Amino acid sequence: MRIPARRLTPLALLACVAVVSACSSDPEPVSTTGDAAAPITIEATDEACDLSSTDLASGITTFEITNSGSQVNEVYVYAEGDRIVTEKENIGPGTSYELTVDLTEGDYEVACKPGMVGDGIRTGVEVAAPSEPVAIDPLAEQAVDDYRAYVQGEADKLPGLVEGLLAALEAGDREQAKALYAPSRLPWESIEPVAESFGDLDPRIDAREADLEPDQELTGWHRIEKALWEDEDLAAMVPVAEQLLADVEELQQRTPNAAMTPASIGNGAKELLDEVATGKVTGEEEAFSHTDLVDFQGNLDGARKAFEVLRPLVEKNDPALAGTLDEQFAACQEALSVHETGPDRFVSYDTVAQPERQDLARAVDALGEPLSLLAAAAAG
Amino acid sequence: MSRRDLSRRGLLGALGVGAAGVAAVSVGTVAGARSPQGAGTASDAVVAFHGRHQAGISTSVQAHLHFAAFDVTAAGVDGLRGLLQDWTEAARALTAGRPVGEGAVGGSPLAPPDDTGEALDATAHRLTLTVGFGASLFDDRFGLASRRPEALVDLPHFPGDVLDPARSDGDLVVQACADDPQVAVHAIRNLSRIAAGRAAIRWAQLGYGKAASTDRSQPTPRNLFGFKDGTANPSGKDGRVLDEHVWVSADDAASRDEAWMAGGSYLVARRISMLIETWDRTPLGEQETIIGRDKGEGAPLGATREFDPVVPRELPVASHVRLAHPSVHEGAQMLRRGFNFVDGADSLGHLDAGLFFLAYQRDPRRAFVPVQTVLARQDVLMEYLRHTGSGLYAVPPGVREEGYWGETLLQA
Repeated sequence: MRIPARRLTPLALLACVAVVSACSSDPEPVSTTGDAAAPITIEATDEACDLSSTDLASGITTFEITNSGSQVNEVYVYAEGDRIVTEKENIGPGTSYELTVDLTEGDYEVACKPGMVGDGIRTGVEVAAPSEPVAIDPLAEQAVDDYRAYVQGEADKLPGLVEGLLAALEAGDREQAKALYAPSRLPWESIEPVAESFGDLDPRIDAREADLEPDQELTGWHRIEKALWEDEDLAAMVPVAEQLLADVEELQQRTPNAAMTPASIGNGAKELLDEVATGKVTGEEEAFSHTDLVDFQGNLDGARKAFEVLRPLVEKNDPALAGTLDEQFAACQEALSVHETGPDRFVSYDTVAQPERQDLARAVDALGEPLSLLAAAAAG
Repeated sequence: MSRRDLSRRGLLGALGVGAAGVAAVSVGTVAGARSPQGAGTASDAVVAFHGRHQAGISTSVQAHLHFAAFDVTAAGVDGLRGLLQDWTEAARALTAGRPVGEGAVGGSPLAPPDDTGEALDATAHRLTLTVGFGASLFDDRFGLASRRPEALVDLPHFPGDVLDPARSDGDLVVQACADDPQVAVHAIRNLSRIAAGRAAIRWAQLGYGKAASTDRSQPTPRNLFGFKDGTANPSGKDGRVLDEHVWVSADDAASRDEAWMAGGSYLVARRISMLIETWDRTPLGEQETIIGRDKGEGAPLGATREFDPVVPRELPVASHVRLAHPSVHEGAQMLRRGFNFVDGADSLGHLDAGLFFLAYQRDPRRAFVPVQTVLARQDVLMEYLRHTGSGLYAVPPGVREEGYWGETLLQA
């Protein structure tokens, strides 16, 4: 998990999207259905939940939430059948927050929940197709479609993998659970920037103990990791794994509404390498299991996929960058593969000595620098 | 592929889209003009980058140092040459007080800026950047084995050496000196960034408070033992002495394989840790006997003024000044431009401090090696010193207006 993403708003991946209106070097945001519109404000109080508009055009939509009440609030956007499209919990009195999602045509409900209880104060919202068709760069549209399909495919793998982990915990089979732990995270690591765009899900799923505030409870994968490797009672981990399963299922459902543009995909690739540089190469991510190199592979896979879907745009706008990225992705994979013991299996990171860690760090820096130019090259 | 080229293309792309074009046009202005601050003007703070010899050797010593050694990770000689060409282009901008590439501000908001920006409001502060090549550059990776100069020896082990390999050697070194510490750090940081994928920092050292002077008009600086250091250092303005002791001559480099070194020099870098606390408990008289000069004026013992001639046989037999005197070493001299360093404290609560010794010379086999051999064996001062890092580098000649660092070695 990426610490700043949780503390800062808006979520790192969406930073580009959020500034779309002020940043005309980003081309028109591409969704499957249309264009970005002006932000919708949500004024939440203890008694009301006022939207600046309830008739929206489909496409990338930003909600600017302000809590003017005295209670902690939370805001949900539901599709039909109360399917969560996006949510933000823990909006303190007097604070603001931005949520950005890609909305397709249909009927939705926005709910504010003062005190974070109950069904909330609900307002119906109608999302219509845009009145005029929007000119979309077919290369950009194709890139977004391809990347969304990839992210969905990875998200779809997660529930089954977590179910396996849950079953091992229910059976009290520590060795089996240890064996399933890192592989269950691999798809997550490959799509982490998108997953992080669903604000509350990321800390529930992937917070590390060191990231928590004093009164926060550790949940998700790293809670289970600690129990497995620190010889804690496994029965207590069953409810944790059940919650994790519910959370990755929610991620799976929400992925279609993740806002994506070529620039945000490119920026996400850079963030994946940042994750490797700051969390994996340092051995901080998997403090107990030392399975950091599996996460490294997941991050690298996700970044490479982002580059691949953007390749036609990059080759048009900056062909030399495409060549450099090809070289450096190969070199980085080569550096990582030195430590591979089987398909997506790697040596324990605590056995990797400092000179070898330096080789990995150098390969990551060598890729990270040109990768930091991907977003601008993709946006043209 | 240079980062600059990459981002320039990205920027040209951005020009096509509305308001970003306006922002991008202003880059040239931002890159070209810096507001001079503090004493002096931008022009008098600039040391010429081009010349027959590299800047940063005979240049009057600046106040701060950032020295970095790199391992080259590029696969072949083309990658090495490309790196040195990109570095040269960046160095031309940096030493003139300009940011690298398209600058630190005004570019595409979607891309990280070419320049990191922390020197934006500074002048050049007499920044010099000086490049050297370690012996490892002449292994089999770049086809340069036959071009290794004979003078680029493997330094022998000297008594008292406790060298850390992680603070020693390196394929390439860059010595950044400036009168402002942030300007020196900015230069190394940006060169390192430009090198990504082609070279990576192996080790680096910060230094301050020049511990040697190459200019008689400046007061002789003091090292962390509290003594003036470099009284007998050659002046950087004395062309005859520099030709005799510092620059590699065309005759030295007469063989075809070594001709590329004519006009260059050899740099010895030694990280010399000082045992500060035990030195500080040494009586004044003993300190002066160990050094061979008095602590206040810096005069040779028995004389009255700092620049009174040194008569070695009149000094204590194991004193530093006597043992290091050129007359003991067949006239050998080195141009020293070392810096003090304090890297915080060690785990025992002692200052991790000392002298980062930098010495330029025409041939280390006739200068540093024999001098250090004597000092390491006999100099009482060695009881208070530990040599913890080391490197010897061939410093190529200066850069032509249209040339690049190492052109005489690497031209295709």
